[in-house]
Amino acid sequence: MGVAPSLFGFSHFPFAFCHLPFEILFSLFLDSMSVKKRMSDYQYYLKGSPLEVKVLTRRFGIPNSTSIDVYLQHDGYKALKKAFEMGPEAVINEVKNSGLRGRGGAGFNPGMKWSFVPKQSARPKYVVCNADESEPGTCKDRPLMEYDPHQMIEGIIIAGFAIGSHQGFIYTRGEYRYLIDIVDRALEEAYARGFLGKNILGTGFDFELCTHTGAGAYECGEETALLNSLEGLRGYPRIKPPFPAIVGLYEGPTIINNVETLANVPHIILNGAPWYANLGTPKNGGTRLFCLSGHIERPGVYELPMGFPLRRMIEEVGGGVLGGRKLKAVIPGGSSCPVLTADEIDVAMDFDAVAKIGSMLGSGGVVVLDEETCMVKVAHRIMKFYAHESCGWCIPCREGTSWLKLLLERFHSGGGLPDDPDTALDVSYNMLGKTLCPLGDAAAMPTISILKKFRSEFEEHLKLGYCPLEKKAVSVA
Amino acid sequence: MLSQALLKKFEQVIARYPLKRSAIVPCLLFAQDEIGFISDEVIEEVARRVEVRPIEVIEDIGYYSMLHRKPLGKYNLQVCTNVSCMVRGGEEILEHCKKRLGIGHKETTPDGLFSLEEVECLGACCGAPAMQVNYDFYEDLTPAKVDALLERLRVGNRE
Repeated sequence: MGVAPSLFGFSHFPFAFCHLPFEILFSLFLDSMSVKKRMSDYQYYLKGSPLEVKVLTRRFGIPNSTSIDVYLQHDGYKALKKAFEMGPEAVINEVKNSGLRGRGGAGFNPGMKWSFVPKQSARPKYVVCNADESEPGTCKDRPLMEYDPHQMIEGIIIAGFAIGSHQGFIYTRGEYRYLIDIVDRALEEAYARGFLGKNILGTGFDFELCTHTGAGAYECGEETALLNSLEGLRGYPRIKPPFPAIVGLYEGPTIINNVETLANVPHIILNGAPWYANLGTPKNGGTRLFCLSGHIERPGVYELPMGFPLRRMIEEVGGGVLGGRKLKAVIPGGSSCPVLTADEIDVAMDFDAVAKIGSMLGSGGVVVLDEETCMVKVAHRIMKFYAHESCGWCIPCREGTSWLKLLLERFHSGGGLPDDPDTALDVSYNMLGKTLCPLGDAAAMPTISILKKFRSEFEEHLKLGYCPLEKKAVSVA
Repeated sequence: MLSQALLKKFEQVIARYPLKRSAIVPCLLFAQDEIGFISDEVIEEVARRVEVRPIEVIEDIGYYSMLHRKPLGKYNLQVCTNVSCMVRGGEEILEHCKKRLGIGHKETTPDGLFSLEEVECLGACCGAPAMQVNYDFYEDLTPAKVDALLERLRVGNRE
């Protein structure tokens, strides 16, 4: 009898219901759980921060924001009308002068890219929207397509008009099937209202646009591999030059821009290049969708002006490091960027400032790593990804990533050799700049930065013969 | 026999492109969604329609990680363990799934209900740790949430 009171104690509470059928128990259980499906149920993208400057995300959270009626009520397709009045040349110049830099990671001015497309071409020209978002740490194109597909579509039509193209494709990664459904519905609406198809808005300009799905290949985010994939081939990169702006899809001049890049275009056309440029820092116009993830209190996608300080991004926008722990490192723009140490976070997040300190702004995926993170393990996980995703076409990348993965795996598990860090550095340097596409560089750069900046962790693994942080995690559990 | 709806879908998709073979991957994926895997019949049909040899279709299947030649479970659990998910417990979620289902990476339960896969970044980094069940995203997971989800899928299947 002495144990009876403890039966009603909190820790024993669930056992009091053991006699109930499981289904009933389960439904009770489910109500208390919040297993969420798909992003739209999620509040990350709508919660936001007071420090945000909303340009691309301004329609997020409006009920039914994916419908064309809501889009039209909020300045939708006004930029397209204005672009038709301006003419192709003026549109390209406006984008050039806006300081917009490609949001896929390379940071190239899209207006410049468009100006490389020959005016006269025997073969049809194409516009491809790159929605193959796969860079680890990056999840910004997903809300852009989920909450405001028409913004992207309008940007694509304007791009098509600017280069004199009459057909476009939206290449979406296969995993984003529900987004393809959302975008397909939006395309149907746009066709029905005369923003796509023949003689758009009575201007005589024709433009066809459809979605295309990939089927699981990071490599297809690289523009020439994407073109091969879109032609029904394996996604192997092509030799450049010729660049896609001259010889691209079906051998016609082609521009390939990221979803976020194209979503910016209507705003630039509508509000003018100076307005857009003033939102950011010199040569880095506008705002950017930063994806805060990892050890951070409030993970999410936040739209912040270009050049926003990284420290404030982590501390004020993201609410600081998870659990109040100390910061160890930050991946500033997706897993292919060299990592920054905790001492390097006083940097303005624009392409030039981040490049100055030896990293890249990349695709905007900011991954925060706390003091309890093993950097050898991070290096191994990143390399495991690139070894999996290397298409195998170029030997330095195919062999380099596989061997580095094995080396780092052995090292992390405690079987490392004293020479391993230097061997890894050597292999990494031999991958840099020696491949057709940047995947080899993308794998080498973070590895080099971790090997250099966190060498002491490698030494420690070597000395102990096991991972010091992993052991701690086990003993705590 | 492929369904009429699928054949119609093939026709629509192929009509979008100036070059028919562009439709290979979308057609394969749509067929896989309906049949559960890519059968020889699908390969023959797609090859015939886009005017390539079957081997060229098979080449593509070998490249893309989402295309499968063998049936998967009715619910294919794809657990992300890439950096953002890893530091938030993605590996524990994968281990938990393995334990609960009694299967490993790229394996299927004997009843054909579940299969499990460790996948690369799903684009759900801000909701880490995350997984996809077929095409549906489940985010901010804990082992308890995974248990609830598995049970819900089991119950849903019985109904």
